[in-house]
Amino acid sequence: MLQDKDRIFTNIYGLRDKSLDAALKRGHFDGTADIIGKGRDWIINEMKASGLRGRGGAGFPTGLKWSFMPKEVGERPHYLVINADESEPGTCKDREIMRNDPFTLIEGCIIAGFSMLAHTCYIYVRGEYVRERQALQRAIDECYEQGYLGKDNKCGWDYDIIVHHGAGAYICGEETALLESLEGKKGQPRLKPPFPANVGLYGCPTTVNNVESIAVAPTILRRGGSWFAGIGRQNNTGTKLFCISGHVERPCTVEEAMGISFRELIEKHCGGVRGGWDNLLAVIPGGSSVPLVPGADIIDAPMDFDGLREIKTSLGTAAVIVMDKSTDIVKAIARISYFYKHESCGQCTPCREGTGWMWRVMERMATGHAQKREIDMLLDVTKQVEGHTICALGDAAAWPIQGLVRHFRAEIERRIDEYSHNAHQVRPVLEAAE
Amino acid sequence: MSVRRLAEETVQPAGFAFTEENAAWAEATIRKYPVGRQQSAVIPLLMRAQDQDGWVTKAAIEHVADMLEMPLIRVLEVATFYTQFQLNPVGTRAHVQVCGTTPCMLRGAEDLKAVCRKKIHSEQFHRNEAGTLSWEEVECLGACVNAPMVMVFEDTYEDLTPERLEEIIDLFEAGRGDEVRPGPQNGRHLSAPLGGLTTLTGDYDDLIAEQKQDSGHGPANGAAPQGKGAGQAVSAPPSEAGRPDSDSEQSDPSIDAPGKASNGNVVAGGEDRESDVLTAEAHRPHSGQEGGTRQGATDAEEGNVPDEVDAKTSGNLRRAEAAAEDAVIPDHSQLDDGTGGQPPRLSESAGDVLTGRQTGDPTEGQRTDTSDVTPGPVQHDHFDSEAEETTPETRPGDKPADLLSEPQGAKDDLKLIKGIGPVIEARLNELGIYHFWQIAQWRQAELIWIDDFLNFRGRAVREGWIEQARELQAGSSAQPGEGEA
Repeated sequence: MLQDKDRIFTNIYGLRDKSLDAALKRGHFDGTADIIGKGRDWIINEMKASGLRGRGGAGFPTGLKWSFMPKEVGERPHYLVINADESEPGTCKDREIMRNDPFTLIEGCIIAGFSMLAHTCYIYVRGEYVRERQALQRAIDECYEQGYLGKDNKCGWDYDIIVHHGAGAYICGEETALLESLEGKKGQPRLKPPFPANVGLYGCPTTVNNVESIAVAPTILRRGGSWFAGIGRQNNTGTKLFCISGHVERPCTVEEAMGISFRELIEKHCGGVRGGWDNLLAVIPGGSSVPLVPGADIIDAPMDFDGLREIKTSLGTAAVIVMDKSTDIVKAIARISYFYKHESCGQCTPCREGTGWMWRVMERMATGHAQKREIDMLLDVTKQVEGHTICALGDAAAWPIQGLVRHFRAEIERRIDEYSHNAHQVRPVLEAAE
Repeated sequence: MSVRRLAEETVQPAGFAFTEENAAWAEATIRKYPVGRQQSAVIPLLMRAQDQDGWVTKAAIEHVADMLEMPLIRVLEVATFYTQFQLNPVGTRAHVQVCGTTPCMLRGAEDLKAVCRKKIHSEQFHRNEAGTLSWEEVECLGACVNAPMVMVFEDTYEDLTPERLEEIIDLFEAGRGDEVRPGPQNGRHLSAPLGGLTTLTGDYDDLIAEQKQDSGHGPANGAAPQGKGAGQAVSAPPSEAGRPDSDSEQSDPSIDAPGKASNGNVVAGGEDRESDVLTAEAHRPHSGQEGGTRQGATDAEEGNVPDEVDAKTSGNLRRAEAAAEDAVIPDHSQLDDGTGGQPPRLSESAGDVLTGRQTGDPTEGQRTDTSDVTPGPVQHDHFDSEAEETTPETRPGDKPADLLSEPQGAKDDLKLIKGIGPVIEARLNELGIYHFWQIAQWRQAELIWIDDFLNFRGRAVREGWIEQARELQAGSSAQPGEGEA
């Protein structure tokens, strides 16, 4: 189990003083200027050595992403954009960083901005996080006042951070949709390429990073990439904020080592599954977009990218949604289908039409009012949506359903049988006209 | 997708104008973005309009379009696309947003919806008879470990039971929403596990004192008892929860602004002073928000912070609020002397500092055509026209490493790669690329560099030159090893 001394977010619960002065005492902004003094290549190599993979869900190596930016600033300025549009159901980690430990993020923005030669950073916070946005803005104000931001600051890299916000669109968590939204348009994803590192915000080279990826960077650089790489397993290094929700005794957000087993995570921090381990039905281990897995499969699986891929799911954002045997599993997934139907931006036909279609069929499956052959038809439609859209929302809508059919087909069929057996009881009796 | 339309003409007010404070705030917000990019401010401005009137009126949309020099349809698109904008009037004292997505559903959000149906209206988005309350089911609000939860205006109420939600709704209906402390309602602290920490258990010397002894309702939400915040809140006017923008005047008396009914609410005295501080801070409308609306009185009383609070909050009484607000928005005029006083959109050089440009493009500041809907970058952007001339050093990706000064033996017919014609082949040869194996060896970053070099806008990547070259190489004898041998 991870020791407190190896935890990056030392005030994640907001129990300690949140002012900049207190954060300085806890070690934030310690030697930031020295880190910047070591140069861009050193920073990027150290980030690569740490093995940090992006914390926004896709797990792309962060150091590599930073290195994609043009090596020199041309006519166009460079931008760093922080994706704080945390809307994946089950995920609430960035919220804690912004409201309780914002200086980790601010310092990370400065260092990341330096390594990609950006002088301006936009933080795109989801519209519903009003208090979080205010807390973050307060922290940024403090940094301006005390000379950690702005021109000629103590960090040695002129830097401005601007907090922007959205207005309740899940799709804006997709990086190009986020850029569109930041430019004041509808949040509809762009075709890639060109990638944002080439043509991003306002047509300028831009890197979009998740809050957590950026917030862990200063500690990694202070303690060395090898320290971070020493936690967890190969290719799955470091610490991670897990958000455990659903049917556990004590849901919580907690920072743990990657690769911790599911059982240990739940036992140590959440007081176990409601009703005991025998009562565990299924788990969605990485936010609503990833396929669910039956409880038995995941109990001893390591919670990291590769460990979960072996059981045909994904770490995603590490938002663990636990479901016990009281759960109406088909309805739970149908609700996720509704979510994607609601959040589809409407740009690509397979997604705009497919998400609605899938949701309506799922609703019928939840009551059993369907034909068994429709299960395969549903599966077929998910395959037709998956991979045929500009962004990954189509995939994200398809995977939960595929996971459900893969593991709980018997349950769906049972409901269909039950419905047809009881057909005479639920339907209104039609009387023949005389 | 959800279909969203503007409210009927019968309820639309005739006009809209920002209050003086909000107008100043809007000007400052527009200034946050580079010159000519004022369109970026459309979401914040519409949101402020919603805070002022309670919902987004057609007049407000038109007003924002004028302010940002945007075509009306672009602002309409934004207002209807983003679901946080209320296009119809909502309850004046509370609009309860129940999160109904799976993590909340698993912990009982459906019971909360039942409470709303019973106490407010059987349908969402409908107001109760008095017009004071309304509700809607929303998608994930990002407080999943505190499920189930609702959001009323700007504050979240988490870890709810149906009974507690009934109490909360009753209090809001009575105009006493400020008595409800935001955050978890079951005594836990934010997202920490109920009943005791499992991590970060050290006895740190900077623990916030009152949170140790906290009991009953959970402590205040994200609005943190920071040095300034806590000190200030003592002298703040009475808490006015449920009033998204209590300072704003109604732009049209025919609309009931939220919070009108909750005037004169006073925080109940007698409790632990520190927790009042917390509550008050959490409730103060727009506390700490970017240039949030303020009442003059608040600022004036800045200095009268009682000493004991000062001490409790680690003596971190910061500069006066006015100064803080200046710093809220990175003041670009500070970066560039001499342009501070000018109107932002005319201030070409101030924007140059922000965007890092050295010279102003005359077309940039005057760009009013925002009708660009291509998914890529703005086509008329001056950056693009200059991108072709950028020196190779500034290109994205990496320059291929294995460039040859002359072909090794006979050069391959690169035209066999789909997407390469005679002209491109000549340019590649010029660069030092003659063989399939060279292309087959490229990494993605190198292909991106080439793509940019040829100004192909991603075509090389889409057409999979590397894969094509590998296949052709497999059928060709010109292997690198053999070529040299």
